[in-house]
Amino acid sequence: MAKALLDLLRRHFPDDLLAVHSQVGDDTALVRAEAWHAVAAFLRDDPRAQMSMLVDLTAVDHPDREPRFEVVAHLHSLERGHRLRIKARVGAASGEGAEIASVSDLWAAASWAERECWDMFGVRFVGHPDLRRILLYPEFVGHPLRKDYPAERAQPLVPYREVPDIDKIEPFGSSEGMSFGRQTHAHPAGEDDALIGPPLVDPAAREVR
Amino acid sequence: MEALDRDLEGSEVELPVEPMLINVGPSHPAMHGTVRVVMELSGESIARCDVQVGYLHRGFEKMCERGTWTQCYPYVDRCNYVSPMLNNVGFSLACEKLLGVEVPERCQWYRMALGELARISDHLTCDGAMAMELGAFTPFLWMMKCREMVWEILEEETGARLTHSFGRVGGMAKPPTADFKPHVTAAVEHILQVLGEVERLLYGNRIFLDRLENVGVIRTEDAISLGWTGPALRACGVPYDVRRAAPYLRYGEVEFEVPVGTRGDCLDRFLVRIEEIKQSARILAQCVRRMPDDGPVNVDDPRVVLPEKGDVYSTIEGTIRHFKIVMEGLKLPAGEVYSYTEGGNGEMGFYLVSDGSGTPWRVRIRPPCFYVTGGLEHLITGHMLADVVPCFGSLNMIGGECDR
Repeated sequence: MAKALLDLLRRHFPDDLLAVHSQVGDDTALVRAEAWHAVAAFLRDDPRAQMSMLVDLTAVDHPDREPRFEVVAHLHSLERGHRLRIKARVGAASGEGAEIASVSDLWAAASWAERECWDMFGVRFVGHPDLRRILLYPEFVGHPLRKDYPAERAQPLVPYREVPDIDKIEPFGSSEGMSFGRQTHAHPAGEDDALIGPPLVDPAAREVR
Repeated sequence: MEALDRDLEGSEVELPVEPMLINVGPSHPAMHGTVRVVMELSGESIARCDVQVGYLHRGFEKMCERGTWTQCYPYVDRCNYVSPMLNNVGFSLACEKLLGVEVPERCQWYRMALGELARISDHLTCDGAMAMELGAFTPFLWMMKCREMVWEILEEETGARLTHSFGRVGGMAKPPTADFKPHVTAAVEHILQVLGEVERLLYGNRIFLDRLENVGVIRTEDAISLGWTGPALRACGVPYDVRRAAPYLRYGEVEFEVPVGTRGDCLDRFLVRIEEIKQSARILAQCVRRMPDDGPVNVDDPRVVLPEKGDVYSTIEGTIRHFKIVMEGLKLPAGEVYSYTEGGNGEMGFYLVSDGSGTPWRVRIRPPCFYVTGGLEHLITGHMLADVVPCFGSLNMIGGECDR
């Protein structure tokens, strides 16, 4: 059904359509990255396409290819019931220069999807109003869904953020998670020693450590 | 001691004029998942807000790239911890679409029945929690009790209450138990009865209705643009249900209605879910009637299905087949596929990229919750602070699925 869509794209973007396929029934168009926004806008607005919904936007990393990342968007027309997958390739083999136009002005759904794509792959969406990490924290180093991300390595530890009036304890020490630090409740000698018993941690032993 | 209720008129006490920043979450009793909402309040209404997700990110998609296709099942289970069976079925269907196999009829009905049970438990949880957050504790307890009945059936079938890992590429881990049909029939009858009581308790309750009616209204075109699917979109009046729009399994052969709302407010989202439970019950009745009692559950395809245990221990062919599938993983043809099913909260899509080896190149899960939660900011801006709770509850954000 959506074969007509691919023909439509071929007619309107003869120079920008690089390849098409319909593997297992999923119609797919690979377009030039420069034409990404134009193709998306055309598919949304043309009455024969009416792609009113951006179902999903993500990327795939192929580190052995020269435009390394494949940005993949799945479009769906609620009115016409057809679907189309559009793809574009960006980025050098080193992972640098992965940039593509944002489509967040066409579909509100792209706003979070592109943030996630940036977070996970480091693909920069030009024109996105608020491109910051979404699933990971701001101090995270690298983009984990890249194939060359060292999954075995731990992330650098992030110190507590500077908050002036909260007296927080340094993380990951022996006192982690104890709001008052590690304490030995030493009490004045001779006062019900037998009742309370000796301190659980010998203060002298702590000094040595 | 000074009088605290003195008249502020003409006194020197000044109320602050700058907007107040308030932070809800990431761990808050009214937040089902771990989500953080930072709001800038002007008086009691929300002038600006920022919804922050990701507190439950476990690197699901990265982990999937490090095992075999079959080893993804525990991960997709843990994506949605309220209706994991729907994820199991969705992932199986995606792999099978790329592989080009279709499971036998018995398995199709079985998958549908298990999936509808999971959908019932999903909607019961969401609506029950929503009612509880607005002060109606009794319906919550009743609905949790019903959910327990559903989970007991699933436990009987799969061995696990919640994280079943029951799907397989090309079939299911086990055929249905002998008592599956009577159990389902009995449970569904009880659930519908309780549902009727819940409705009687809530629909005449002024407090409950006032908190939901005309709260969190979203325009249809905004919902579509935000990528909303499932009950949240249907509450806006769009009859888009994957089971109807692109029938998979045997959904084309069963009778059911797609309930839609008219206003797109929180009450509509609540009512759509209640009605969908009844429709799931209808589908379940048809599944019970039409599911064959015997016959194979797995496809007869040695490339993907593990051999019988007896063959593994007694024949060399069986041993090798078992070894190949377990150690190398079953091989999906090189290529890409997007397969979508109706999850608990909307279109649950799997975009799989295979390089032809036994390990996935990329497993992308299209989480309905991620896009629905992406609309929360739009939904609550301009509303009162107290409306955040019903708005958020009505979206049924599942942290595991949203953050993956």
